[in-house]
Amino acid sequence: MRARLASATTRMVNAASRRMGRGQGTVAGGRAGLRLDPKLLEHLSAGRQVALVTGTNGKTTTTRLLTVALAAKGDAVVSNETGSNMPPGHVAALAGSHADHAVLEVDEVYLPRVLTATGAAVVVLLNLSRDQLDRTNEVRMVAGRWRAALAAAPHTHVVANADDPLVVWGAGVARDVHWVGAGLRWQLDAVGCPACEGRIEFGEGGWSCVGCGFARPETEAALVVSADGTSSGVWADGRTHPVSLALPGRFNQANALMAAVAAEACGVDAPAALEAMAEVNEVAGRFTVRAFGDVKARLMLAKNPAGWDELLDLVAGSEAPLVVSINARIADGADPSWLWDVPYERLAGRSVVATGDRFRDLSVRLRYAGVAHSTESDPVQAVTMAADGTQSVVDVIGNYTAFHDLLGMPG
Amino acid sequence: MSGPLRVAVVYPDLLGTYGDGGNGLILTRRAQWRGRDAVLVQAASDRALPDADIYCLGGGEDGPQVRASRSLIDDGTLVERVAGGAVVLAVCAGFQVVGRSFPGADGDLHEGVGILGVETVKGTGPRAVGEVVAEPEGVAGLPVLTGFENHGGVTALRDGTVALGRVTTGVGNGDGGEGAVSGRVVGTYLHGPVLARNPALADLLLSWALDGEALDPLDDADAEDLREERLSSARRKRRFRRRA
Repeated sequence: MRARLASATTRMVNAASRRMGRGQGTVAGGRAGLRLDPKLLEHLSAGRQVALVTGTNGKTTTTRLLTVALAAKGDAVVSNETGSNMPPGHVAALAGSHADHAVLEVDEVYLPRVLTATGAAVVVLLNLSRDQLDRTNEVRMVAGRWRAALAAAPHTHVVANADDPLVVWGAGVARDVHWVGAGLRWQLDAVGCPACEGRIEFGEGGWSCVGCGFARPETEAALVVSADGTSSGVWADGRTHPVSLALPGRFNQANALMAAVAAEACGVDAPAALEAMAEVNEVAGRFTVRAFGDVKARLMLAKNPAGWDELLDLVAGSEAPLVVSINARIADGADPSWLWDVPYERLAGRSVVATGDRFRDLSVRLRYAGVAHSTESDPVQAVTMAADGTQSVVDVIGNYTAFHDLLGMPG
Repeated sequence: MSGPLRVAVVYPDLLGTYGDGGNGLILTRRAQWRGRDAVLVQAASDRALPDADIYCLGGGEDGPQVRASRSLIDDGTLVERVAGGAVVLAVCAGFQVVGRSFPGADGDLHEGVGILGVETVKGTGPRAVGEVVAEPEGVAGLPVLTGFENHGGVTALRDGTVALGRVTTGVGNGDGGEGAVSGRVVGTYLHGPVLARNPALADLLLSWALDGEALDPLDDADAEDLREERLSSARRKRRFRRRA
């Protein structure tokens, strides 16, 4: 009874806040519902097959890919598509749907609580790296909390990136783990062994701790990238399935493979899952091309050094003018010191415009990186400036709120 | 000085979580832009610490911080080089490590390298997180210092060690002081990185390493703009807090 009332309240507040134009109304409604029934997430999850997706980077995209994959058989699937990845967002999504399947993006720190509440059938662990330095959740601490939570969830299938030692530590004692070789470009946060504080060494095809023997587990499936840029998922049981996506980047192919293995754990074959995922061409605005006046811009999101490392790879081969937009609002973390952990040196020779609330921090960083650039405080002006009267589609990479500012602007 | 100026970032695998490696890059570039031969070395923790003229230590997590201190004590090079006149810039966890003792994740005290006369204990209040402004105190000729702090330690100065600055915004060491200076060793809680926001401090460290050689001015207009923005943001917050 209480749950029904709380659930109805969630829907009502969401509808009202959407009508009043106060955003997508997922957080306000969820909060209201949880105040009436603190166990609302438990109640709304009951009777559904719930899959949770977490990690520092790729959560939103992988959640979307898995949602599409599970819908491939025609089943209804509900998901917190707006990226509100804490319990109010989960409650809001579930209250609005009777779908038997739910795929929820979960903030790394909230995984234990959400796992307990939802009794999830599947948990996808992507990666862990430094993010939002002014918060105190050190990556080792987060991995330790995952480990304890998963040890207490014996019925949960875990799909985990075997190439990230912190993820392997987090998943380690779970009863049923599907290890996936999804790759890990950014290794700097994983050098200290989470098991013994010894040193982890990365080499061709794996990693291991020199102190205690903690090492990369054997994988069930791995991403193999060919010289021509095409990728396949290669399963230990001999299957090979191409991973061909409309979304760009090696990291998205890795996300898709993780989603494919998770889909299998949910009862959808990998080929059907991958075929469904191939059609997805933008996720919550990422990689979408928007017009600002006469100028077209491709919007990309990178919010921490690991994310930047992947995106710099993606734009490295391009001649397109580049705008970088950096904010340091609450959702971004208040300190942009992390800009100095990003290898911006790789942009040398490109035409770059620095913008966003913190363009001055970025400008100093780019000078020391040897990247010639101009500055413009207004992001839309910066896009126009970068295009410089040409027809080129401008690449724009922003961190969290910088990206959403541009996405939300009228074209 | 003969040969290139050698700048070492100490243990980026342990004390590299906070962008402070930028300090090493900044020192190297500022020497090179003035026509001096300078090399930047990333000194990983699995090798002997190389000889260098300037050592930069940065922020890190609690566990790796304890390992860094243990390795530096066992290695011995840092203490030896400092006795021989090397310059040290140590930030946050690195600042605590070069002191005499500091707390680990468990709250137990661990032995530091001991090249700076400071002792750190775990604070009882909330973590110090936010913008810092400090009036320079321990060294002459610097303009006001700006940076971002994020730490739970309270650091006390011992035996005549002086603070780097006096806090006007933020927390710093916890007793009104910010950082510490002793000889050519500078410790601070300021990230940003600190030398990106305070190029005059970078040049002071460089001039120490170059035995007082005069340094030509550089065009730091972008850094001056950044300083002005951060200082006025801190001023606004201070006014707001006074009113509240």
